[in-house]
Amino acid sequence: MAKKKNKKLTPTQQQYQRLAADIEPKRPVAANCLKAFFSGGIICLLGECIRQAFVHFGGFSDKDAAGPMAAVLVIASVLLTSFGVYDKIAQWAGAGTAVPITGFANSMASSAIEHRPEGFVLGVAAGMFQLAGSVIVFGTVAAFIIGIIYAIFVPGYAGGH
Amino acid sequence: MLKGHQSWHFAGRPKIISTATVVGPFEGQGPLSDDFDVIHGDLYIGQDSWEKAEKKLLEESASLAIQHAGLTKEQIQFFFGGDLMNQIISSSFAARTLAIPYIGVFGACSTSMESLALAAYIVNSGGANYALAGTCSHNASVEKQFRYPTEYGSQKPPTAQFTVTGSGSAVVSLEGPAGSPVLTSATIGRVIDMGISDPFNMGAAMAPAAVDTIQAHFRDLQIEPSYYDLIVTGDLSKVGYEIANELLERHGIPIKQTTYKDCGMMIYDYEKQNVQAGASGCACSAVVTYGHLLRKLRSGELNRILVVATGALLSPLSFQQGESIPCIAHAVAIERGG
Repeated sequence: MAKKKNKKLTPTQQQYQRLAADIEPKRPVAANCLKAFFSGGIICLLGECIRQAFVHFGGFSDKDAAGPMAAVLVIASVLLTSFGVYDKIAQWAGAGTAVPITGFANSMASSAIEHRPEGFVLGVAAGMFQLAGSVIVFGTVAAFIIGIIYAIFVPGYAGGH
Repeated sequence: MLKGHQSWHFAGRPKIISTATVVGPFEGQGPLSDDFDVIHGDLYIGQDSWEKAEKKLLEESASLAIQHAGLTKEQIQFFFGGDLMNQIISSSFAARTLAIPYIGVFGACSTSMESLALAAYIVNSGGANYALAGTCSHNASVEKQFRYPTEYGSQKPPTAQFTVTGSGSAVVSLEGPAGSPVLTSATIGRVIDMGISDPFNMGAAMAPAAVDTIQAHFRDLQIEPSYYDLIVTGDLSKVGYEIANELLERHGIPIKQTTYKDCGMMIYDYEKQNVQAGASGCACSAVVTYGHLLRKLRSGELNRILVVATGALLSPLSFQQGESIPCIAHAVAIERGG
C-alpha cells in the first residue's frame, strides 16, 4: 500500500516527505510499549483481584466469576469516561487502556455521550457503535474462522461437548 | 489594486476599526489570556451540543466587535464568515442570528485571513462602508467531526495539534478612529499538496502552502522580509514551523531579517498544557491576531506585521479514502495606524 502510494507522488513531493520525516518527532514506540505493558497488566491484575473477590466472598464458581468481573470493569470504565478521566489516562497508557475490555467500554460510552445531541435513536443507539462496530464485526469474523480451523484440526471437537 | 500575480494592494487604506475575541476555558489558562475579551469557563458555552457552542462563540465575538466599533448590526453591509464544520453551519447559523447580508467562505483554518482579505477588498473598492470578518472553531466539535469522540481514549502522536476553542471577529472600514490598524495588502494562496495524508500531522501538510504564499507575497509586492517586524503563520505549530523555516531557507527567502513566529505556538503553555505539537483551528490565528497582535500594533510595540493563516482542506471522508491533504495559506499585511 505504502509503495503504491509512493509511486503516485512526484519527485518534489517525495523529496518533501523525506524532509518532513526528518523533522517530525517520532512516536516513542519503545516507551509506549512499556507503558502499555504495565498499564494493561495493572488492569488485568485488577480484574483478577475482582474475580477472586467474587469467588471468595460472592460464592461464585471459578468459571462463573468471569462474568461479574467483566461487568465491574466495564462499569468502572464507563464511569471514568463520563467523568472525563479515561481519555487522560489513555494518552499516557496507549494500548494498555485500549486493548482490555475497559477500552471497548470506553469506545462505546464515549461515542454514546458524543452523539447524545442527535437524539436517542440516530444519536446514542446508532452512534455508540461508531468505533465499537468494527471491533464486533472483526471479532465475530475472526472467532468464526478460528472456530472452523479448530473444528478441522482438533479431532473430536466438532462433535461438541 | 491587483499587484503582481496574486496579491492586492489596498490604496484606500481600510482599517480594522474594532475586534473581539471570545475563547474557551483551556485557552483562558494559556499565556495570552489577558488579550482576550471574553473567556468562558464552560466548554459548552451554556448550550447543549458542541456545535451549538461553536455557533454561540461566533455570535458573541461578532456582536461584541460591532459593539466595540460603536455601531449597530444594521450598519454593517456584509459579513464574511467561515468555520470548520460541515457546510460551515456555525457561521451560517450565526449569520441567521445577526441578520447581516452574509458571504460564507471556507478556507479551513485559513478562513480568518481569507475573510479579512475579502472584507478589506470590498471596503477598499467601495462595495461596503462597514464589513465584518469572523471565524470560529471548537475543540470538541472538531474532534467529533474529524477524529474521535471527545472522551475516547486514543493516544495522540507528538505531531498532533489541539484545536482552539474560540472565535475572533473584526470590523473593517475606511473611516475609523485614529490609531486603528491599517490593512495594506493581501496575498491569496494557491492550493498546495505535498502528499501528506496523516490527519495527525497537519503542520507538515500545511507548511509548504505557507511558504508558497509568503514567497508569492514578497515577489508580488517586491519587498523583503525585513519590511515587517513580525511574520506569523496561522497554525503550523512546532513541527510545521520547523519545516517552514527549513523550506524558507531552501527557497532563498531571508526570513532571518525579521522575526518569524507561529500563532499555534503562542496560545498555549507547552510546559503546563498537554497539547502535543501546539494549537490549530480557525480560531487559532483569529484570536491571536485580533487579540494579541493587534493590541501590540495599537500600542506601538509592533509597526508592520504579515499574518499568514494556513488551512488544511480535507474532509473526514477524503482522508478515510486515502486522499492526501490539500492545503492553502492566505496572507494579510497589517500596519500600525497613524
